Amino acid sequence: MNKLSRFNITSLTLGFAFLYLPILLLILFSFNASKLVTVWGGFSTKWYVSLFQNEAFMDAAWVTIRVAAISATAATILGCFGAIVMVRGGKFYGRTLFSGMIYAPLVMPEVITGLSLLLLFVALNFDRGITTIILAHITFGMCYAAVVISSRLSTMDQSLEEAAMDLGCTPFKAFIKITAPVIAPAMVSAWLLAFTLSLDDLVIASFTSGPGATTLPMKIYSSVRLGVTPEINALSTLLIATITLGVITASWANKRAEANRIKDEQLAFAND
Amino acid sequence: MSPSYNNNSIFAPWNDPKEKPLIEFKNVTKNFGSFTAIDNQSINIYEREFFSILGPSGCGKTTMMRMLGGFEIPTEGDILLDGQSITNIPPHKRPVNMMFQSYALFPHMNVEKNIAFGLKQEGMPKDQINDRVEEMINLVQLQQFAKRKPSQLSGGQRQRVALARSLAKKPKLLLLDEPLGALDKKLREETQFELMNIQESLGMTFVIVTHDQEEAMTVSSRIAVMDHGKIIQVESPADIYEKPNSRYIADFLGDVNIFEGKVASANDDAIQLEWAEGQEKLQMEASQPAKIGDSNWLAVRPEKISISKEKPIDADNILKGKIWDIGYTGNISVYHVQLPNGMTIKAQEVNRRRLANRELTWEDDVWISWRKTAGTHLVK
Ligand SMILES: Nc1ncnc2c1ncn2[C@@H]1O[C@H](COP(=O)(O)OP(=O)(O)OP(=O)(O)O)[C@@H](O)[C@H]1O
Ligand SMILES: [Mg+2]
Repeated sequence: MNKLSRFNITSLTLGFAFLYLPILLLILFSFNASKLVTVWGGFSTKWYVSLFQNEAFMDAAWVTIRVAAISATAATILGCFGAIVMVRGGKFYGRTLFSGMIYAPLVMPEVITGLSLLLLFVALNFDRGITTIILAHITFGMCYAAVVISSRLSTMDQSLEEAAMDLGCTPFKAFIKITAPVIAPAMVSAWLLAFTLSLDDLVIASFTSGPGATTLPMKIYSSVRLGVTPEINALSTLLIATITLGVITASWANKRAEANRIKDEQLAFAND
Repeated sequence: MSPSYNNNSIFAPWNDPKEKPLIEFKNVTKNFGSFTAIDNQSINIYEREFFSILGPSGCGKTTMMRMLGGFEIPTEGDILLDGQSITNIPPHKRPVNMMFQSYALFPHMNVEKNIAFGLKQEGMPKDQINDRVEEMINLVQLQQFAKRKPSQLSGGQRQRVALARSLAKKPKLLLLDEPLGALDKKLREETQFELMNIQESLGMTFVIVTHDQEEAMTVSSRIAVMDHGKIIQVESPADIYEKPNSRYIADFLGDVNIFEGKVASANDDAIQLEWAEGQEKLQMEASQPAKIGDSNWLAVRPEKISISKEKPIDADNILKGKIWDIGYTGNISVYHVQLPNGMTIKAQEVNRRRLANRELTWEDDVWISWRKTAGTHLVK
């Protein structure tokens, strides 16, 4: 490979600095002993302690985790059904419309999704709260899940299911015993994706939440309007740590699976 | 199971009008969209048959199997098993097992679990399952690989697992889609004999798709040759080889020389074929009535043609030519003899002597000859 020119090095450095310096600063200042966000007053972890004692934040965190876990699970199951119909359904009337409608929410502006759901809940006279947030998150999480699962399903050899039925399984049993284990990794990624998206969402949650149901992003957003506190920095650092850990674990698992596959193939070759 | 030269004493239920077929295809058509994969075909397959389907790629062999397995529903027509229509019965309710062309091994289960899968669904007791799995693993010689996942096996080993899995339930009817294609010659021959043994000892009926003519000839009770969604001929191996019903079949199975000509005289079963100017007419026995002036064909297998330096005296058809090429394959030699009109004829001789002692060589003038009963009269 060519050596990087001085110009390239400079632009790379500036680019990365622009991306990561704010995050580094945020992490650094979460360990700041001073209450002033811009002045360094020595190392301390006291903001983490006070964060865990802040009930409003802890409540919001708990709400967020519940919303994310429930909606990700439901979205994965529903997305799985959608994927099966899209990939295995064969030709049926309205198929194009159906898959189009599954993909559409992916590009729909969040404000529109949030607003329309709000109108729906109001029209139905539905009490807004954690349930409505969960429902809203299921609707968009499901689309992502369907996309992730259907891409795996379409590369799976359909004769596997046929073989299972040939050996005496009903179609449902064939799905449980053969298809589900084969597409399980895709279902895990779908779940993680839906979980992260739910964790991350501010707009739709703001539209659909009601009194007593505040998610972490909503809480952070509303606190920041009153000024950035070191507690917010600490909270953000924890979120960054969680996400980084997740990404690293996922890529490590992927790498290991790949390495195993290559090892398997070599083994097969050696014994041919 | 040997080819049925004599239909009275040897297994040949298809010649017995009292026999009920195990499988009946009744005017079955299968369309994929506007494409016709199977075109209005009817066949009967009998119990204990080893029925082979041969044909070029894409002719519809797998589609026939998939309709028997229940994975494709005929667009028209009916399929009967034991006299009952199975056209609308789902795969898991059919007493039929299939070995898939793509093997379709379950990737998350090891060899043992793959083989045991069907037995478990059936609710067989554990110890019996273990015995049966062991029996199957021994059969396909995969003892060292019992705990491996499919991804840890080579192509030939996977094929053997798929075979063992489909055999494990010992179904009445077993469908094998190219079961031995990925095996080397020695293992393939061993497995062929094992299959024939199993089939005979358990009284099963096998329907097998293969690309390998020799395999079909060795194992089958009957062979069906297909082309473009149609079954062209169904016969025992000997009959389909010796009495092909068309040039397509004659050419498809083994080597053949085909002479095209006009019927010059036809009385009773003797036909004379006018085939080239200045050449003597060819003699053959009629396979069916022919009219003078019709365009007909004579097919002669290379091994039925004798080749000699002196003109033979007692043959019905004698032609003069020059050796153009010799194909040597060890046990036999194939002489390519060019006739005065430019046509090349293949004649095959068994190498009884060592190469250096043989008298025929390139550019020699030779006579080729055969009896009128050796060729086959074809009308299409
Ligand atoms: N599901 C399908 N949709 C559309 N066309 C199909 C489908 N299945 C098979 N065909 C077509 O039907 C024809 C017969 O296919 P089939 O698989 O039976 O061939 P085959 O004789 O088994 O070939 P091969 O020897 O290559 O396995 C092919 O032209 C194929 O393209
Ligand atoms: Mg095929």
